[in-house]
Amino acid sequence: MDDTKRYERLLTRFRDGDINRRTFLTVLGAAGVTAGITGGPMGMLARNAHAATPEQVRFDGWGGVVSEAFEKYAFGPYTAKTGIKVVSGTFGGADEYIARVKAGQPGEFNLAHLSGVFDYARYHGLELTSELNEANIPNLKNVIPGLIEPLRKITNGTISAVPYDYGTTGIAYNRKYISDDEAKAKGAKLMIDPAYKGKIGGWGEWKTRIWYGALQSDQDPNGIKDIDAVWDMIRAHRDLSLKYWSSGAELMSLLAEEEIYVTEGWSGRIKALQDQGHDIGYLDPAGGLGWQECLFVLRGSPMAACEELLNFMLEPEVAIAVAEGQSYPPALDPNKVDLGKIIPTLPAFDPSGTLSSLSFFDPAYWNENEADWSKTFSRVQRGY
Amino acid sequence: MAADVAGARRTPWVLLSPSLATISLLLIIPMMFIVVYSFWLRTATGADQVGFFLDNWIEVLGDRFYRDILFQTFAIAFYTTVICALIGYIPAYFVANTPMKSKTFLLLMLMLPFWISYIIRTMSWINILGASGALNTLFVSIGIIDEPIQMLYNQTTVVLGLVHYLLPFMILNVYVSLDGIDKNLTEAAQSLGCTGFQAFREVTLPLSFPGLAAGSLLCFVLAAGTYITPVILGGPRDAMFANLVFEAIVTQLNWPLGSALSLVLLALLGALVVIYTRYLGVDQIAKSFK
Repeated sequence: MDDTKRYERLLTRFRDGDINRRTFLTVLGAAGVTAGITGGPMGMLARNAHAATPEQVRFDGWGGVVSEAFEKYAFGPYTAKTGIKVVSGTFGGADEYIARVKAGQPGEFNLAHLSGVFDYARYHGLELTSELNEANIPNLKNVIPGLIEPLRKITNGTISAVPYDYGTTGIAYNRKYISDDEAKAKGAKLMIDPAYKGKIGGWGEWKTRIWYGALQSDQDPNGIKDIDAVWDMIRAHRDLSLKYWSSGAELMSLLAEEEIYVTEGWSGRIKALQDQGHDIGYLDPAGGLGWQECLFVLRGSPMAACEELLNFMLEPEVAIAVAEGQSYPPALDPNKVDLGKIIPTLPAFDPSGTLSSLSFFDPAYWNENEADWSKTFSRVQRGY
Repeated sequence: MAADVAGARRTPWVLLSPSLATISLLLIIPMMFIVVYSFWLRTATGADQVGFFLDNWIEVLGDRFYRDILFQTFAIAFYTTVICALIGYIPAYFVANTPMKSKTFLLLMLMLPFWISYIIRTMSWINILGASGALNTLFVSIGIIDEPIQMLYNQTTVVLGLVHYLLPFMILNVYVSLDGIDKNLTEAAQSLGCTGFQAFREVTLPLSFPGLAAGSLLCFVLAAGTYITPVILGGPRDAMFANLVFEAIVTQLNWPLGSALSLVLLALLGALVVIYTRYLGVDQIAKSFK
């Protein structure tokens, strides 16, 4: 038996409660001494020991109002209750974060607020998923089953993340220039209307551009038959667009400053704009894009501490407070949990708890085409 | 005797060893990793396939797309450099010919922009040129235009952002060169019948060329390697080569292809530096940082 196996067995006994923390650390220390002064194995054991009894866990999220809500409603109270500090970091996008994780060491990154289900599948493909002990997360029973099942399918019945919120990427438009009726009538094609040339924006992310290109070419985004027609729509949108935005803050700034009149937008960010008094309309067109976000635990993380944090974050009062802070409905099932008065008013909220009215990325389909389409989009964006 | 000679030979290497170790650790070894990576492949899951494959190099060197973006990058860098040279020479000349007391203050003012983040400086143009920005607000309020005009998010604003970023580098280099010119030479030229402009054209300008060249090299290399400016101030089509490297590594998680792309940019810019060094030497650049 190698040192790693020996350590894993020891850790399992500790997690199962067969040995207490003091015994665990004593045995671990003895194992370290036995390993002698050899740097590598000792270093590895030291890292793992640190991960198993953490003073802190690292959480990475989207920043902005979302992180502020987490900090205020979740991390502070969690630290006060457990003594475990949550070190919070931010990333500009899911791609940026996965690159960081790939470059990092196991255990360096613990929890992240990621987009599901596409990214969940990517992490699984890179063997970065962990296996949550669902018994340690009793609040998981309150989560909408329809959000958990897609995760289970990818990781063979287990989960490496808990769904936390959901939203849509719909069409946001300035009502001073575009009426609700016009937006409804044109749907996704509003963003390729030459009447708004130079006042159109879009998220510069290949999946969203292709999704909307499929809608604009009257195709099912999860079963595209004519990809050339999609590229043509993306080109048309590109030539009419002023700017591809790359963050929620940039999206809000472009709309608020009236640099653009129409773009797709994230439901929560548009709600934030509306709350600030901007007359921005929001429409989920037929076949509109829904997504869920999950709290993902990376392989090599201190599982017990992470599971405790997840359970804490799924407490209804915490999840609802975070949801109200970030303007995205929580993943809690409205049939099981009273979500209060504000959540039902948020855009994309589904009172049925089934989310049957939304379309999601089919992870198998999109992952299969990811390498080819992301590269082609880069070219199409630049005029090809 | 032989031991003394051997010791004398060893001394420079011993003295150099901290620098060599630092350069090896922070530059050469990481670069070797990038070289190795460029011969790997990205698998469908995003993981890397270790091996020796020429696919990335064949794609990068054979695909017109990369050549076109490279050309566009160098064109933007060239425009930026020329504008920096044209508008940077005047303040450099002014500072070089200012009495010492004011010169210190002016040099401090030149350094002032470096105290503010490059990203914030770049983003400041949105508040100046945007639809609700300072210029549009002014033009509308005094009746020059009826509604805001679109000035942002095109290649011109990318060049503008780069000029804003790189101008101090040009001014400092030209200033160092001008400051080193013996004033007696221009006075001698004028005493021999030259007008002030002729003395400048025949004496000062040629003698300041090394500084101009050093500033141009710095501006060109920094502009060609930029990533942030086109992201903030460019439109959908406005990309530079570094943006492709970012997309390959971050968006597509294709580190091998990104490595090959970055090495191509490194090689081309490195070649430029070698050519410059061959003809002008690196001393002039070093002077600006003394």
